[in-house]
Amino acid sequence: MTTTAVRKEGPAAVTPPPTVGSHVRNYVSRVRGGDVGALPAVLGLIVLCTVFAIMRPSSFLSAGNFANLFTQGAAVTLIAMGLVFVLLLGEIDLSAGFASGVCAAVLANVVTVLGYPWWVAVLAAVATGVVIGTTLGMLVAKIGIPSFVVTLAGFLAFQGVVLLLVQEGTNISVRDEVLVAIANRNLAPALGWALTAVAVLGYAAVQLLRHRNRAARGLITDPIAVVALRIAGLAVILGTAVYVLNLERSRNVLIVSLKGVPIVVPIIAVLLVIWTFVLQRTSYGRHIYAVGGNREAARRAGIGVDRIRISVFVICSSMAAIGGIVAASRANSVDPNTGGSNVLLYAVGAAVIGGTSLFGGKGRVFDAVLGGAVVAVIENGMGLMGYSAGVKYVVTGVVLLLAASVDALSRRRAAATGTR
Amino acid sequence: MSATPLLELRGIDKSFGPVQVLRDVALSVHPGEVTALVGDNGAGKSTLVKCISGIYPTDAGEVLFNGEQVHIGSPRDAATLGIEVVYQDLALCDNLDIVQNMFLGREKHSGIVLDEPTMEQLAAETLAGLSIRTVTSLRQHVSSLSGGQRQTVAIAKAVLWNSKLVILDEPTAALGVAQTAQVLELVRRLADNGLAVVLISHNMNDVFAVSDRIAALYLGQMVAQVKTTDITHAQVVELITAGRSGGLGLATDPGSNGDGPQPADSISGGVR
Repeated sequence: MTTTAVRKEGPAAVTPPPTVGSHVRNYVSRVRGGDVGALPAVLGLIVLCTVFAIMRPSSFLSAGNFANLFTQGAAVTLIAMGLVFVLLLGEIDLSAGFASGVCAAVLANVVTVLGYPWWVAVLAAVATGVVIGTTLGMLVAKIGIPSFVVTLAGFLAFQGVVLLLVQEGTNISVRDEVLVAIANRNLAPALGWALTAVAVLGYAAVQLLRHRNRAARGLITDPIAVVALRIAGLAVILGTAVYVLNLERSRNVLIVSLKGVPIVVPIIAVLLVIWTFVLQRTSYGRHIYAVGGNREAARRAGIGVDRIRISVFVICSSMAAIGGIVAASRANSVDPNTGGSNVLLYAVGAAVIGGTSLFGGKGRVFDAVLGGAVVAVIENGMGLMGYSAGVKYVVTGVVLLLAASVDALSRRRAAATGTR
Repeated sequence: MSATPLLELRGIDKSFGPVQVLRDVALSVHPGEVTALVGDNGAGKSTLVKCISGIYPTDAGEVLFNGEQVHIGSPRDAATLGIEVVYQDLALCDNLDIVQNMFLGREKHSGIVLDEPTMEQLAAETLAGLSIRTVTSLRQHVSSLSGGQRQTVAIAKAVLWNSKLVILDEPTAALGVAQTAQVLELVRRLADNGLAVVLISHNMNDVFAVSDRIAALYLGQMVAQVKTTDITHAQVVELITAGRSGGLGLATDPGSNGDGPQPADSISGGVR
């Protein structure tokens, strides 16, 4: 003790109040230490956008294509947001894709075949997701089958269920106005601006209140300049995006006017805020991280580990249901391939590319949005370049592998430098 | 040293199937003292601790806490009484920071929202109260801490809850010399603050450095419980390895400790 005690004075007195400079230095040292966070995804997004912008300047950079990116990536992003919860525990849900298909098929059956109003169909679809998630979670947590096997079985079985629900290969169209609007209509430009203002002001209020609260109690706070920079950054990014989305993007304005923020964007934003709140600001979220970081420590801390494990599968399948609803809306129909083919791979890829660890304990819901953007840009840009579906699959597969390698390597680096 | 022990065990028996791991164990732990619990691998130290902390039910015997008979059926019961266990490993989540770990499972709330400022303040006060000066930021992840710092955080976590009895399961087993000294000093400080401390250790230097009493387990039996000042290093080693030392320990009756308990030794070693 005597050897170490002389160095430092006390927990509060040790750290000097952080400045903007120390903040930046801390970040750099964290990245060097292997905690890369969202950096690879952001860099990847910039590189991809630059490449596509140079190769296809007129089509990739158009406002219409920018709006397309959101609707293209929405379903995958929503499924990925749910997958983050499962990945946080170090588990996997391979059935999320077809679970979204099953829920979409339920939606289509309820609204088109049975003729109920749209909200009944949405509730039925989400309820289906809850049931699927509960079943998967029980099998994993209570019976103890590895999640990989349970959800692989689910992957096969749900594929069959979708086929049965859509009567062997036909498709069910979804014509309900509200449901179709989700992925195909836009907010009025003024409403888009209003929501942006609400989002930025809300974020600013939360950040400033926290800053004031901590400062009042004499706790270490981020420098006010950093807080202001965060708020300004959000305002600039949201403002630019909304401005571009509010541009006229119809080819012939006389026939139809096409402008505004796609309706899926606020849906994703609201779910992002809700789930981020749950993960970062409630004990339930804290316990998810704890179980993912060290299950035994969590158990000894009195956390109901089984309950947490079941609940993340419920969240994942419910989010898959919402993803399925959006997919059904975008296609105006549900067919046997809804939620199939590359949807699951893209969703897992989105979460991992965004920075969620496959080893558990590390990840944010925002990762799914960021990774979803990367996946959507690849899919979209490659399409514009005229590459075949085959090339797209190969490239996406390679990108997923790259992201997983970054995850594994940063973990090793973190272990070597002692930051993990 | 007070007259009533804080924790008193009488006649504790515990079997795992046919293997009797604890046999008529008695133990008393006094507030303001460090009681070292020593014994060879498989002597039943960890099993005894798990019985006290409510992880294992006991087969027979009674537990008195503050002179009153209590039943400890679960880790929650133990926590309610003010018994906290610091395990050698597996105690902290690497991906959470110090404050998050210290409040894990018992977070403070305002509404449904976590009350981070309050938790951070309480954690800072607890660390300051224990004169812990080795952590730079309460918001650093536990993964970035050294072994000694982790053990310190784990101990501080146990103290945070106004606990009365802190049980430390080999807290220095994986530590270097300086870190061991640091943790031992903290252990001593806990007792000086009026807590009852049970220290499980293999290391005789540690035991003699901080303990007030030594309780020796041998093949599931409590063979001696003496003041540290009344016993020598060599005698403790004899108690641990042979179950008796001069006038201390088991009566010289080879029949009772012959071949019978030997398998129990190896099997309970696996259970630990």
